Amino acid sequence: MKDTKEQNRHIYWNPYFGGFLLGILIIITFYITGRGLGASGAMKSSVVTIVDDVSHEHAEQSAYYSKFVSDDKSPMNNWIVFETLGVLIGAFISGGLAGRIGWRVQHSPKITRRRRLIFALIGGVLFGVGAQIARGCTSGAALSGMAVLSTGGFITMLAIFGTGYLFAYFFRKNWI
Amino acid sequence: MPISLEKIGFKTLKLKIMGPLIPNDIIPFEWNSIIAIVIGIFFGFILEASGFSSSRKLAGVFYGYDFAVLKVFFTAAIVSLIGLLYMDYLGYVDMSRLYVHPTYLWGAIIGGAVMGIGFVTGGFCPGTSLCAVAIGKIDAIVNVIGIMIGIFIFSELFTFFEPIYNGYFQGNITLMDSLDVNPYWFVFILTVVAILMFAASDLIRKRVKKVFY
Repeated sequence: MKDTKEQNRHIYWNPYFGGFLLGILIIITFYITGRGLGASGAMKSSVVTIVDDVSHEHAEQSAYYSKFVSDDKSPMNNWIVFETLGVLIGAFISGGLAGRIGWRVQHSPKITRRRRLIFALIGGVLFGVGAQIARGCTSGAALSGMAVLSTGGFITMLAIFGTGYLFAYFFRKNWI
Repeated sequence: MPISLEKIGFKTLKLKIMGPLIPNDIIPFEWNSIIAIVIGIFFGFILEASGFSSSRKLAGVFYGYDFAVLKVFFTAAIVSLIGLLYMDYLGYVDMSRLYVHPTYLWGAIIGGAVMGIGFVTGGFCPGTSLCAVAIGKIDAIVNVIGIMIGIFIFSELFTFFEPIYNGYFQGNITLMDSLDVNPYWFVFILTVVAILMFAASDLIRKRVKKVFY
């Protein structure tokens, strides 16, 4: 047990250091591109591309997909998609340097692997729907919104964390 | 009386490079995708190194055994806010040209609430689950598939969601517009609140049963 305790404390960066660097990165991103960071946008582009490949007609007729489909440009040719490729590379480098790479399902010892995967899927579906309703996720709407004092960004941030705390009680068995 | 150069016909030379660089055509648009990948690499590295590829570390913020999310998130928000306000004040960036996330009041509230439930259910948000995918977490791969299913459901049922998606639009407003606050005072107070929250989170963490992961 003592080993794990040591590990918990030392394997990751100090959160204030990580937060400081992330803040600097947001400043640089706004300074260069005029926009903030994002993550769910790339997944939206992927879904649009898949739907467009399966049925071009359906994508053209849908009121939502049609916003992102154009004849001369693939929905994957998008700032956020390239940024997300970078996220995968960067996280892989960091995980590789710290020796954290490996196929595993991380879950509390009190729940089964299967239960963890089911809840991970449900959580993903909810996050996908929510990120579309709010036009952005924790990075795109809340964090990047807050950096420029966007009212919507602050409201989204409060709603995410507020509801998280409200519902945490019901899911406690999965985590503690 | 000192004679100002401008009064005798000289124009003061301005050598400041005004940001944002790409919208102001200082960096050509073609560099956009390369810059996107480089920024993404730093983003992914910082998130992963801060421990955001671990759902159990992330979920700790809701149960009080690990407040890394709160600390990283609010430190980043405050550093970027103070930095951008300073750069605007010193004339290095024109804040009015930065993209302000638009405010659709009920979309932000309901969308945020759905994301909050998704966060505590799945233990990831999209950016962090991508980081976890990169290091091989299978639960994160399932989570990303879930997010894509969620986007698909939203798109297919778009007519149902459209009233909240497009309604209650207030423009690309900032807190200066909606609360009529002075941005400098607001950021100062936000910083004090964040420091108090950090201190409180350390006290809470000491009283909560440790969780090892």
